[in-house]
Amino acid sequence: MGVVSKKKVTAALKAKQNGGVKRKIEETPPETNGEVVKKKKLVKKVKKQPKNGLPEKVKKIALFDDDEEEDDQVIVPKKEQEGCQRCREEEKKQLEESEEESVDQFGDDDSDALPDDFGSDESGEEDLSEGDEDELPILKEGEEELQLNIASQEKFELPTIDEIENELKAAPSLEIVRQRISDVIQVLGDFKARRDPKKSRDDYLAVLTKDLCSQYGYNEYLITKFMQLFPNGAELLQFLEANDNPRPVTIRANSLKVKRRDLAKNLINRGMNVDPAAEWTKVGLVVYDSQVPVGATPEYLAGHYMIQGLNSLLPVMALAPQPGDRVLDMCAAPGGKTSHIAALMKNSGVLYANDFNFERCRAVIGNLHRLGVVNAVVCNLNGEEFCKIRPNGFDRILLDAPCSGTGVIWKDQSVKTSKDSQDVQRRHTMQRKLILSAMDALDANSPNGGYLVYSTCSVLVEENEAVVNFLLQRRHCQLVNTGLSIGVDGYTRFRDYRFHPSLSLTKRYYPHVHNIDGFFVAKFKKLSNAKTNKFGVDEANREKQEKKAQEKADESDNDEDGDAEEDVESGDDEDVEEVDKAPEPVKVKENEEKKKQKKADDDDEDDSDDEEKVSNGKVGSGARKLKKKRNQAKQKAKQAAVAEDDGFNSTGVVKKVKKAKAFKSKIPKRALARSSAKTVKNKRKKLLEKSR
Amino acid sequence: MRPLTDEETEKVFTKLASFIGDNVSMLIDRSDADYCFRNHKERVYYASENLMRQAACIAREPLLSFGTCIGKFTKTKKFHLHITALDYLAPYAKYRVWLKPNAEQQFLYGNNVLKSGVARMTEGTPTHSGIVVLSMSDVPIGFGVAAKGTMDSKRADPTAIIVLHQCDLGEYLRNESTL
Repeated sequence: MGVVSKKKVTAALKAKQNGGVKRKIEETPPETNGEVVKKKKLVKKVKKQPKNGLPEKVKKIALFDDDEEEDDQVIVPKKEQEGCQRCREEEKKQLEESEEESVDQFGDDDSDALPDDFGSDESGEEDLSEGDEDELPILKEGEEELQLNIASQEKFELPTIDEIENELKAAPSLEIVRQRISDVIQVLGDFKARRDPKKSRDDYLAVLTKDLCSQYGYNEYLITKFMQLFPNGAELLQFLEANDNPRPVTIRANSLKVKRRDLAKNLINRGMNVDPAAEWTKVGLVVYDSQVPVGATPEYLAGHYMIQGLNSLLPVMALAPQPGDRVLDMCAAPGGKTSHIAALMKNSGVLYANDFNFERCRAVIGNLHRLGVVNAVVCNLNGEEFCKIRPNGFDRILLDAPCSGTGVIWKDQSVKTSKDSQDVQRRHTMQRKLILSAMDALDANSPNGGYLVYSTCSVLVEENEAVVNFLLQRRHCQLVNTGLSIGVDGYTRFRDYRFHPSLSLTKRYYPHVHNIDGFFVAKFKKLSNAKTNKFGVDEANREKQEKKAQEKADESDNDEDGDAEEDVESGDDEDVEEVDKAPEPVKVKENEEKKKQKKADDDDEDDSDDEEKVSNGKVGSGARKLKKKRNQAKQKAKQAAVAEDDGFNSTGVVKKVKKAKAFKSKIPKRALARSSAKTVKNKRKKLLEKSR
Repeated sequence: MRPLTDEETEKVFTKLASFIGDNVSMLIDRSDADYCFRNHKERVYYASENLMRQAACIAREPLLSFGTCIGKFTKTKKFHLHITALDYLAPYAKYRVWLKPNAEQQFLYGNNVLKSGVARMTEGTPTHSGIVVLSMSDVPIGFGVAAKGTMDSKRADPTAIIVLHQCDLGEYLRNESTL
């Protein structure tokens, strides 16, 4: 593209352009002199390949963090610089006349604008660039053109938030906004070199957030979340674009009734264009186009296939149910994954399909019967109850938790605007309850089981890694390999949060990378049935062993066994320490500290309680006052903790919204209803007088 | 969930027998496991003994289904088969009828089968016996009652009704909420 563009640009223009740039360089203060050239070049390079996805250099850079890489980036553009320098020298003289006028402009020029000629050559992106032209002072035509040329190469100048808000309110032009997004992203790509020294990174980010919100129609909360998730601006844009495009329709052949090959043959005869979906699945088919409705063919009705996204095959493959297992699907509706599990179990064993929503349970019943599943029990319970109904009663559990749905935005565009922090908080609180319940319902001692698969169709870390990490802290279990060949490893560190290192065993899926819905899969193996975490289990074991050792010591000679006991004990201690040091994340330590503090507090309270009890007998001892004070302090601490909860700490309490008080009349309703108008009037008078 | 009473058992079995005759016994004496019929909220479920036991740990209200739903008792205590029973009726069925492709579509929309749509029919089907409807590729698509026996239907004119519609696969879409 670059070559083409060079050819097309007329010589005269080139002259102006390069001369202009040169002049510009001369005029700029000495400390920025070299920088400008470099910047210009970088910008150019970036713009050259917008269609092949994104420039490699930019890809590497994390936009939203100050990066070490920034220094490397400055070196990049030198090669290209050479070509233009030649021209520049040639045309330098011609253009020195126009310098003075144009210099002023650089200050307030918004520099988005690119020249028409240039734009037409460089295609797409430049066309969008006419933005903010109105802000240019009106100059003579030639000058203007010149200015535009220079501007295109120049540093992007950031409008203020207020300006942007006003602009978005008035008439947001898609092209202007899009151009500004790409400009800001470029600046952020090499922030040190390209920034406007007066503006902070936050200013740039604020502008970018606003623009992305208006461009793609998200609310600010989600956009900031996504920006944190994809620090690379290019990837962020890809992700947002992918959210607007539908995924291909995929179906799963029901291996209980038919083979995939036969099914494909039948469907092709019906006029559908199908193909095996991916290498990693033996039952998935992708439907390119179809002359008949995919959900109403006789094959569909006969239960030969199920319409479901490729992503929903993944958790079931990770679960790998065996024939004869006791399996629970906690959030089953509409039954796609459940029937897949049944197919893998070959209709043997027991499969519980649970869903909280009664209406959606009907879909489960219908689908399971249609697909010929006979080993299923469909129930309509709250998932949290399974740990009470059947504690330790399952070999495998699939928890496809209810989530904010940020991975499947293409299916439901309302997600873009409807989700806020409180929604997400509610979701992850619910997920934590469910995952704890699921873990308690699992049997650690089952011969080939004890596995829990947790999956969501969300990409937010709060609903995925944070929940998994929470479970690792609370229960004695470990993450195991999911056995899935594709996917990106989960985060072990995200922003300033550090998770358990084994979280790299979880898998994430993104629409723009894998062309399936955004998804998350984690597989646990339960290690013991105790309802405590690893720490507690270890402690219990140690106590047990100590007891045993002591008994032994009591029984036999003290001297001999004493040594052995010490050995055992010391060995144990080491183990425990290692375990604690290595895998427990930072947060745990913090928690422990908190716990300690709490304990300390409790102790204090206990003490004071004792005092209180003592002092209760005395009149006016101030005990009540103290108690009130203490309660208030407690309440405050609780509220503070709730306010802090951003999805990563393990409190799991949801803020309660204060209900608006309903209007209350001063006159009781009953009094009004009792009798005739006249008496009511009198009564009202009386009541009002009283109340006065 | 409770076992069927004698009266209920009789009704269920006569209904099943009209479709699969003596093969009813095959449903009960199975080689792989003990199977049983259970009445749960006036619906009859057919499940293995083991599954039934496991389902019993769920309370009555939230338990929506287990094993296969065969049919239901109406308020007047008549027994109706559901389309979900097709998996057990089709392999043992005594009388079958095969439909032409265009009639197949009609049947799946809930219409009766006309003479013109019948491609093949089991020899010796008596009138008013239960009959399983299959597509030309031998996929069971529903069941009904033979309005005319094989002999009568041969003489009937093309618009005469041969099979009265009872259940078809289309109900999975039409009546999903009442399955």
